[in-house]
Parts: sequence; C-alpha cells; structure tokens
Amino acid sequence: MDSQTKQWPARRGPGTRLPMAEGGPWGDRDENGEKKRGGPRNPWTPPPRGEDGGKGGGRGPSAIDELLRRARETFGGGGLPERPSARTLWPYIVGGVLLIWIATTSFHSIGAKERGIVSFLGSYSRELSPGFNMTLPAPLESVTVVDVAEIRTIDLGSAGDESQKLVLTGDQNIINLGYSVRWNIRNAEQYAFQIAEPEDTIKEVADSAMRAVVATVSLSDALGAGRNAIEAQVQNRIQEILDGYGSGILIQGVAIKQADPPEAVIEAFKDVTAAQQASESALNQARAYAQQIAAQSQGEAAAFDLAYEQYRLAPDVTRRRMYYETMEKVLSGVNKTIVEANGVTPYLPLPAVRPPARTTTVEATQSQGQQGGGQ
Amino acid sequence: MNGLTLRNPITLAVLATVLLFLIGSTFAIVPETRQAVVLRFGEPVRIYNSYKTNEAFGHTGAGLKVRMPFLDQIIWIDKRVQSVTMERQQVLSTDQLRLQVDAFARYRIIDPQQMYRSAGTEERVADALRPILGSALRNELGKRTAQTLLTPERGEVMSNIRRSLNRVARQYGAEIIDVRIMRADLPDGAPLQGAFQRMRTAREQEALTIRAEGARRARLIQAQADAEAAKVYAASFGKDPQFYDFYRAMQSYRLTFAPDASGETTAVLSADNDYLRQFRGH
Repeated sequence: MDSQTKQWPARRGPGTRLPMAEGGPWGDRDENGEKKRGGPRNPWTPPPRGEDGGKGGGRGPSAIDELLRRARETFGGGGLPERPSARTLWPYIVGGVLLIWIATTSFHSIGAKERGIVSFLGSYSRELSPGFNMTLPAPLESVTVVDVAEIRTIDLGSAGDESQKLVLTGDQNIINLGYSVRWNIRNAEQYAFQIAEPEDTIKEVADSAMRAVVATVSLSDALGAGRNAIEAQVQNRIQEILDGYGSGILIQGVAIKQADPPEAVIEAFKDVTAAQQASESALNQARAYAQQIAAQSQGEAAAFDLAYEQYRLAPDVTRRRMYYETMEKVLSGVNKTIVEANGVTPYLPLPAVRPPARTTTVEATQSQGQQGGGQ
Repeated sequence: MNGLTLRNPITLAVLATVLLFLIGSTFAIVPETRQAVVLRFGEPVRIYNSYKTNEAFGHTGAGLKVRMPFLDQIIWIDKRVQSVTMERQQVLSTDQLRLQVDAFARYRIIDPQQMYRSAGTEERVADALRPILGSALRNELGKRTAQTLLTPERGEVMSNIRRSLNRVARQYGAEIIDVRIMRADLPDGAPLQGAFQRMRTAREQEALTIRAEGARRARLIQAQADAEAAKVYAASFGKDPQFYDFYRAMQSYRLTFAPDASGETTAVLSADNDYLRQFRGH
C-alpha cells in the first residue's frame, strides 16, 4: 500500500495531467470525480499539490513536510489514489478476461478416443473429430466431449446381495448369476441427446435381457454348456432394445462371470459332483481289475500251454519231474515228521509237534495231509 | 449529464445487469435434450423443440428462441427417453403361483403441452405412470400362468402391457417406448424354500442315480473280465483236464506250503506217501 501510494503519483502524474490538459476521457473523469466527491473532503487536492511540490520544490520545503503529507495521504485517502489506476485497468481486465474466455471456450483439443459435440445456441451443429478444433466462444457454441472408444464395464448381479443374483431358469430352477456388460459409444450425439440415464438404462435392459434369456434355457445349460450361447443371445437382445431407444450405445460383449447354484442348495450340487467322481473311480477300479484278470488268465493259460506242450512229448517223465520238484520245494522248508508204522495206528503227540505259533488252518491242512498219508 | 451517468461504474454495472437480465428473459437457449413450453399468464402459448419422430439433430426446434420478457415463462421438459421403474410387486398367476415381479417402462414426452396441462411436472408423469404400470402388469399376468413368463410368450405379455399403459400415457402427453420385466422371482419364504427343496431333492436323486449307475457299470466290467478269463482258462486247460488237475495241484502246493507263506507248517508224512516211495527202498 505504501509503495503504491509512493509509486503511483510519481508515475501517473504526467500521464493524468496531460490528457487533463487536452480534455481526454480520463482527465475529464478525474475532474468529475474531483468535483463530485472530492469536494467536501477534498482528498484529491493534496496529491497533485504534493506532486507539484515534489516536482517543483520538493527539495525546497522541508522533507518532513513532504513525508507527513504522504503519510496523511496514505491514511486519509488511502484507497483513493488507486481510483484512476483501477479505471484505466478496467478495459485491460475486461479484455483479458474476454481473451481467456475465448481462448478456453473456442479451442478444443479432442483426444484420439473422443468426439466433441458442438451445439450452436443449443442446436446440434457438428461433431468434432480428434485433434485440435476451433469453435465459436462459449455462449454461442458449446462443446460436450464424449469418449467413444473407451470400453466401459458394468457389473451386474455380483455386487448385490444374494437375492439380487437369483435368476429363474426355464425348468423353474434357480441359479446364482453374476455377469458384466462391456459397452462403448457408437454414436456420440445420440448418446448425448437421446437417453436420460445411459448407465441405468443399460443396467436395467441388461438385467431384463439376461433374465429373459435364462428363462428359456435349462439349469444345466445355464450352469455350464450353454453359457456362450446365453452370452451371445443376451448381447443381441440388449443391443436390439437399446437400438430401439436410439441410444447410440454399442454392446461389446456380455460375460457371465459366475453361474452357480444358490447357496442353499450348493451342497446337493457338490454331492452330485462327488457322486460323479465316485462313479468314475468305481469304473476305474473295475477296469483295473479287468485288466489284471485278463492279463493273469492269459499268462496262466500261456504258461499251462507251454508246460502242456512239453508234457505231451514225455508225459510220464514230465509228470514225475514236476511232482518231485514241487515236493522238494514244498517239503524243504517245513518241519517234517515221518511216521512209519505199518498196520499200527500211530499215536501222535500233537502238542509236541505243534510249533508255538501255528494257526488252526495249518493244523487242519496237516491233519488232512496226515489222513491222506495214512491212506 | 447523460454521458456523465454512463461513465459512472455503478450506473454502468446496473445498466449491464439490467441489459443482461433483459437478454436473459428475452432469449432462451433451447438445447437438444429439452422441450420448452412457453407460458403466458400461466397458459401455454408456444412450444419449442417438441419431439417429432425421425428428426435429425441439428434440424430440430432447438436453438436460440425469443420470448416476451417477464410475461413469458418457460417450462422445461426433458426430450430424452426416460424411465419409470415399478417397485417389486407380488403377482398372482392363474395357476396360483406367486411371483415377485419388478418392471420398468421407458417413455418419452411427445406432447409437452398436453403433459403440462394434465400433469404439470415431469415427476408427476412418472408418479402417474408407476401405479398404472403395476396394475397393467398384474392384470396381464393374472390372465396367464407363471410359466408364460418363462417362455417366448413373455414378449406378447409385454406388448399387451405396453399397449394398455400407452393409452394412459397419451393422456399425459407421453409415449411408452418399451415395457420390460426385469425380474420375476419366487417370493422369499415358503415358495423360494420350496423351490430350493425341489432342486435339492432333484440333485440328491441325480447323485444316487449316478452312484448306482457307476456301481452297475463297474460290476458289469468285472463280470465281463471274469467271464473272459474263464473262457481263456477253459480254452487252455480243457485240452487235458487230467494234466491240468496235476499241474494246478503242483502250483497250489508250491503256493500253500511255500516257506514264506504265513504261518509255520509242520508236515506229518506217512511212510506210504508217494513222495517217500523211493525212501523205503523198494
């Protein structure tokens, strides 16, 4: 403030005075202002006088007087010396604001993925292509920039509570469905002018289309195999409806992210999967058994065939050889007791011949063997 | 004196404000998205940018419009497609099945003057259409079975509802573009639980069937394998049953009395045993 008061009179002094002498607009106004408002308080008189003094004989009177006057100026009519300056600045300020206004509202840089919709006084005029564009300034032409290429995604079903996701299928079952719709803008002006709430519209239409399509398919199709077909059908249907509204929206795709049985019955569905697994594993086991049996039978048959071939060539010898070989093998590893009592019934101290860890099965075999041997 | 007042900034500001106000109340920018009903003393006198079918943007009634300042008042009405959503309602079909239904209608105000006279504001149009949508839906669905909703016939139901709703909408200067059922669900509680129970039992039945079928096929595979093996054995062993008897017995002894077979074996042999024939030396 202080520096301004000091600077302005010094700088402006000649400038204001010259037009005043010539009757210029600013000087004129100065005079008016002086006459009208400065009269009683006389705030305008001191500065010119001071300037006069400062210029003419500033060094003449005491410098203290000068200082005091300036101080009085500052406090007494502080704001007033700015008046002429503010007045002269007005056109610049207005001009500057206008320039900024025009600059910001008539030059538009449209991105590669965007289109600009130009309205001339509210009426649609043209579409701006990507690049640098010029329009008339704001009140005349206004530009709405719309991103046409960006693919937006709306998630449906998955966000809401459980009951929101339940969808009735054609066979009156219920599935838990979560899906998303991807879309972008095909026609910028239709998008801007035709639909009141584009996003809500897509949501509602998609929900309706999805439920309508799912209502025509069976539970198993909805849960698995038919998903792609459902997605394609829903996409077509949404597009059809939105085209009917003239919305300018292009549906890029519908993706079913989740198609599950409802929570309440999911255990039963898991049990079906478990049953399928169990059935599959039973089949595997049966097949393994079959392989095993087949291999075994073929092996044994082949072995018998080979043995039989040799047996046929020399039946007696082969038979005896096999018998002795087997007996040798069998009896070499067992405890043997030979009872030689022709015509006498042998007394067998069974506990004595019985080894400590013997099973009843073996005992039975042994007694049979004994009987066989006895005969 | 005139020049003097004009140069006074306050006067200027006031004048500018008055001028702006005059311009503002004389001219109106009608955008593409809105229709304007001009009221003079509360009576509609003119309509700007009213909806016409198949008009191209840029050739509509939108643009700068003139009106009488202070006398004319403009009511703005949306020109775009709007939505009215029906709250969830329980609908009883002819087969006594209850369904929770919610639906929406898309409409556009095509006769702003009619709309202003009959409804006043846009909100009241939506408020008026909502219950009618509900009752039209109930009437139409009440004539049909619940299954209808799950079939392509659904489209016919919708166009019937659209027609009856449209009759009412015309009175409000609106046109129904589309009516859709968003959701048709079983109500919470007994019906929903019943459906769940049905699904659960169906799954249980399926699981049982799968298990039984698996067991049947497994058994069949085993039996076939056994039969096949028997055939192979018979073909081979049948060539000499007596030799087979001997051969198999030898195999069996080896296995039964093998040293590594479980349990310890004690053989009590009679001296008459065939194996010991040479043992006796005669």
